[in-house]
Amino acid sequence: MSKNTWPLWEVFIRSKQGLSHKHVGSLHAADATMAIENARDVYTRRMEGVSIWVVPSEAITASSPDEKELLYDPANDKVYRHPTFYEIPPEVGHM
Amino acid sequence: MNERFQQTVDAEIKIEPKDWMPEKYRKTLIRQIAQHAHSEVVGMLPEGNWITRAPNLRRKAILLAKVQDEAGHGLYLYSAAETLGIDRDSLINDLLAGKSKYSSIFNYPTQTWADIGAIGWLVDGAAIVNQVSLQRTSYGPYSRAMIRICKEESFHQRQGYEIMITLAKGSPAQKALAQDALNRWWWPSLMMFGPHDAESSHSSQNMAWKIKRHSNDEMRQKFVDMTVPQTEYLGLTLPDPLLNWNEERGHYDFGPMNWEEFNKVVAGYGPCNVERLAARNAAHDKGDWVREAATAYAEKKAKRLKTEAA
Repeated sequence: MSKNTWPLWEVFIRSKQGLSHKHVGSLHAADATMAIENARDVYTRRMEGVSIWVVPSEAITASSPDEKELLYDPANDKVYRHPTFYEIPPEVGHM
Repeated sequence: MNERFQQTVDAEIKIEPKDWMPEKYRKTLIRQIAQHAHSEVVGMLPEGNWITRAPNLRRKAILLAKVQDEAGHGLYLYSAAETLGIDRDSLINDLLAGKSKYSSIFNYPTQTWADIGAIGWLVDGAAIVNQVSLQRTSYGPYSRAMIRICKEESFHQRQGYEIMITLAKGSPAQKALAQDALNRWWWPSLMMFGPHDAESSHSSQNMAWKIKRHSNDEMRQKFVDMTVPQTEYLGLTLPDPLLNWNEERGHYDFGPMNWEEFNKVVAGYGPCNVERLAARNAAHDKGDWVREAATAYAEKKAKRLKTEAA
């Protein structure tokens, strides 16, 4: 790291009403503390968040959009995983 | 690959950083997003000029918040540009060296407090028309940055218009200030939309790739149509004797733009080009010690943690 090339961090924010952290963007910072402070300044000016996570971008492994078909293919034809696949007789009521 | 790429674009599916894209698509986007980012950051300067001289505390706090937002917008856009494989340092250096352009509008001076009103109302107003259109741009990160920016931008325009209302409905001296600012900012705001469609060299390819969703003239017309009633409410006059409602077209006709002035400003000979770049360079140089200190501190801490763990 040099003074003009700081590592990249991905920012995740959970809002007041939210249940999970959502990815909001990225920023450069020299270390984690600075990353949190910068994330607060850049991504919570309108009280969007109560909890901030910053993760060095290099720590993230992402699936490749090109391999979407191969990656998800086994799941695509298992329609029996969905509740609507099953027919429950109306006399039974709600299940 | 080109065919599949165009099919994806035509289907309104976003292109993401890891997708294959034509090299020209990548280069064009880097240039456009970088220019957009630079515009936000340089745009902080004309308004920053009046923070210490805002007429009251409320106006000062609001102006500070607006300028802060512009910094944030610049950052969203630099991040979006970086996803295309260019580093932040190169982007910044290109701006500081005068190699990269930014919106011509920011090369005009803010002479009075009324200019702050005119900028919020007209310059941010024009930017909103452009940015709303760009929300549907084909490149994912740019599109998402635009959506975020649009949410924040509307307070900017309202803040400016509120200033104009206060001045236009105030004393004769205040109203004159407002009219003067309008006179100076109207035409440069119209020229923010760029050259006429026929003269716009990049436009047709950018439309085919859905980087650009509406033409320059289309957006300019939209801006004029929405601004005329706003001007009428203020009781001010747009500095255009040829402005006229055209019943047949369903739009306002307006006069010709001074393209000579536009080209001069774009080429670097506007009233404030030199000053803006000097200010950016000075800020970068004066902030060098902060970057150096932060880096040294981070490295020292990392080293200490490593020896403690060992």
